[in-house]
Amino acid sequence: MKNIITTLIISLFFATNAKAQNYICRDGETSFFSETPLENIAAINKTVNSVLNITTNEIAVKMVMTEFKFKNHLMEEHFNENYMESPKFPNGIFKGKINEAIDWKKDGSFDVTAKGTLIMHGVSKERLLKGKVTIKGEEITLLCDFNIPLSDHKIDVPKLVIAKIADNVAVKNKFIFTAMKK
Amino acid sequence: MKNIYILFLLLLSVTVKAQDDPMDVLEKNTKPTTTFATATFKSTRVINGQSVETMAKRHLDFRIAHRFGALNTGAYNYFGLDQATMRMSFEYGLTNDLMVGIGRSTTQKTFDYFGKYKLLKQSSGAHIMPVSVTLFASIAAVSLSTNPENSFSSPSFANNIERLSYCTQILIARKITDGFSLQISPTYLHRNKVFRINSSDASEVLEPNDIFAIGFGGRYKLNKRTSINAEYFYRLPSFNDQYTLNSNYHNSLSVGVDIETGGHVFQLHFTNSLGMIEKQFIAENTESWTNGGIHWGFNLSRTFSFDKKKKKDNW
Repeated sequence: MKNIITTLIISLFFATNAKAQNYICRDGETSFFSETPLENIAAINKTVNSVLNITTNEIAVKMVMTEFKFKNHLMEEHFNENYMESPKFPNGIFKGKINEAIDWKKDGSFDVTAKGTLIMHGVSKERLLKGKVTIKGEEITLLCDFNIPLSDHKIDVPKLVIAKIADNVAVKNKFIFTAMKK
Repeated sequence: MKNIYILFLLLLSVTVKAQDDPMDVLEKNTKPTTTFATATFKSTRVINGQSVETMAKRHLDFRIAHRFGALNTGAYNYFGLDQATMRMSFEYGLTNDLMVGIGRSTTQKTFDYFGKYKLLKQSSGAHIMPVSVTLFASIAAVSLSTNPENSFSSPSFANNIERLSYCTQILIARKITDGFSLQISPTYLHRNKVFRINSSDASEVLEPNDIFAIGFGGRYKLNKRTSINAEYFYRLPSFNDQYTLNSNYHNSLSVGVDIETGGHVFQLHFTNSLGMIEKQFIAENTESWTNGGIHWGFNLSRTFSFDKKKKKDNW
């Protein structure tokens, strides 16, 4: 009896250890697109960091706003100086939890939703985001598209340029997670 | 039995670890980034003088600058607006750190060519750099036809080399707060030929060909798109007794406002300099604020992006 318990506990211990709980992505891509008849604005950030905990389904995303690259340097300067105020609010953050129970060890594709807090321009907003998880071996890919209304995060657009910037900015995310080494 | 307890404890510790906040895990496992100060100044000029900013890669800056006549010429001259001197230039970013420019001023029909290179960039975070340092070098060529009278407005030249002057600057700036930036610009200027304004002046003391000056510039942001700028250039006294600074020339002082609207930057200012290149406003500035030689002027800058490669990217 004693031996059985010991082996059971030991095997449990190894089981938890064999599969790392934290998955990390250091080069996630977040892009956004604002479309108006006058002007399209697009930018991409390829250095987004994210951690996914597969035991608790918790997810954390953090990006540096100045890492968004634009085709037009002036747009980039205005984005940081006038709209996002990057020196004051350097990061964009999402902290949340994936609602669906997923067997992270099995290959496949799943639609998921995540509830959490999106912090941008110093303003926190509760959001329910929809995404898609694809598991292939040791790699987990997370795709997530959503819209951000600029007014939600107190991003002021002056009347002079209001026709050039969409009220709703489309955001696309792509994170490829790999298991974190202990 | 004791062993089992130890194992239990071990197991517990593993479970506890698994419940770490993923944000903490993220912070611990990612490298801190370096953040570079952006837009220390709104434009590549503080007012007359160069700022530490350069044009971004494949971006063209088309500049038109005007300086009008002196305010104290009165209503008859529409407070100076009847007369205008101007400079037009094309300035282009070869890389994100190196830019070149070509311009022409009406003053003495001068062509100027310059290059500007960002040596150090102010940054915080993983890599800390307290100041931005930009190197500037220019050549100016007077194309005014030669005149045996040899006055400032119609000089005489023995050859084309005499028409040239050179200027180098080390521009050192710091964005102290989000809205406040300061710049100091040690300047060395060499003119191949110097002129006397008063040819009747009999004294044998000559004006130096080399001039050392220190420029001070600053900008204070009133709101996101408007700032107040000020600039002063102090000419150091000549080190050689044989030479003395021409007392007809004055240090340059300018005060103005920068207004930014999309791709344009409007710089509106009052200055005692009519010239818009270093040789003219540092070395040969004929007017001063005390004798009423105040001029209203503006710089208009329009930026065009030629970055085709990035435009093709799929977003």
